[in-house]
Amino acid sequence: MPEPAHPFEARVRSTLAEHARLPVDVETLQVYDDLFQAGMTSHASVNVMLALEEEFDIEFPEEMLQKSTFESIEAICTSIASLSAIGDPV
Amino acid sequence: MSATQIHGHEAAARAGAIAADVTAAAADDVDTRSRFPFETFEALQAAGLLGTLIPVEYGGIGATLAEAGDTVTELARMCSSSGMILAMHHLQVACVVRHGQTPALQEFMAEIANEQLLLASATTEVGVGGNTRESICAVMPHETGFQLEKAAGVISYGSYADAVLATARRNADAPKSDQVLVVCRAPGLSLEQTGEWNTLGMRGTCSPGFALRATGSQDMILPVSFGEISERTMLPYSHVLWACVWRGIASAAVEKARAMVRAEARKNVDVLPKGAPALAELVMQQRQLEALVQDALDELDRLDASDREGVPMSFTIAMNTLKVAASRLVVEIVSGALMLCGMAGYAHGTPYSLGRQLRDAYSATVMINNTRLLDANAHMLTISKG
Repeated sequence: MPEPAHPFEARVRSTLAEHARLPVDVETLQVYDDLFQAGMTSHASVNVMLALEEEFDIEFPEEMLQKSTFESIEAICTSIASLSAIGDPV
Repeated sequence: MSATQIHGHEAAARAGAIAADVTAAAADDVDTRSRFPFETFEALQAAGLLGTLIPVEYGGIGATLAEAGDTVTELARMCSSSGMILAMHHLQVACVVRHGQTPALQEFMAEIANEQLLLASATTEVGVGGNTRESICAVMPHETGFQLEKAAGVISYGSYADAVLATARRNADAPKSDQVLVVCRAPGLSLEQTGEWNTLGMRGTCSPGFALRATGSQDMILPVSFGEISERTMLPYSHVLWACVWRGIASAAVEKARAMVRAEARKNVDVLPKGAPALAELVMQQRQLEALVQDALDELDRLDASDREGVPMSFTIAMNTLKVAASRLVVEIVSGALMLCGMAGYAHGTPYSLGRQLRDAYSATVMINNTRLLDANAHMLTISKG
């Protein structure tokens, strides 16, 4: 069954392409693929977090700052959605 | 294994007795000749203390991390190298116990306890510097299961260990950061020494480089990623257990300073010895070091008690902070004790000699370099409140 695309998946992919320093093309990754297994380091993941905050004008709360929040495109999209839902009712 | 099973809360007292009876007398020889503290580890094995962190159901003592840390401190008071070797062994055991809940690794745990196996670690590699979160070598298929070749920059007490836990890329295609932890052991393990260990301090840990070659069955590869093992267990436990070594070194130094002040006070009871105010400062710093260790243990307890999956960034920052702060404090404490003891502390062969403690203490800031940890924290604090 095809996965429902998140409305901002493309922006997440482009942020990853710019900051995750993956040894593979982000476009080749499925949304559930583990980004850390794909080669994202802890150091790069912090840069991704910062870039996502800037891109989506959000602030990740302290309890979300852990690997599982950023381990896949799906996880990132879900996290952003949960924060956007609070800030933006549209 | 000892005939009488000891409990976790008794482990430190047992280690303390070994430290006093065996370790103390050998410490200078271990340091001078840069040799493995055989007699201490034979005594620890006889007492079952290499199974300190193995759960009781697998034949171990089932101690808490705090209790295991106390065993390390007891040894380090007499011989820093002995304390550090035990700390590193406990650390490897903790990784297997938490992350190795498979039948084959549970059997290995029972063997550690019953045979009193000594575990070492090969997490650094020639070509990646001190960054343990990257590997060049990879786990390869072999008729027995897996095959691994690693140019290990350092394997502490590698020549004396019964098993070595090595990091490697998951397979030939995996990126550098996608690592697993592999238990390498006889008969499939060969270690060829590639360097010398002739250092300022911690000389008894005997930690040269080795060319590691290992084969073994697939079920000796821990079932979770090394990234998870590292952030959940290896890094926090190493910071805490090493701080327990430094706590022991600091305790030895303060004890010598105290002995000197007391001797002077007894000679002239009406006059406060001139070293007494400095002793009060040292005791204050010693309490700070103790508080750092306790705080880290409390953080770990809170994480264990919470039902959250994964490790919050704030926890990693707190553990790195413990390491940097504690490693600085131990150097300050031993230096302060040296100032207090003066020439008697500077000279070898007096009851107040502090040369060995001072040299050993300096390893604290270099092993897992403080600059690297502060850089990591600085980076994380761009997004975390810590």
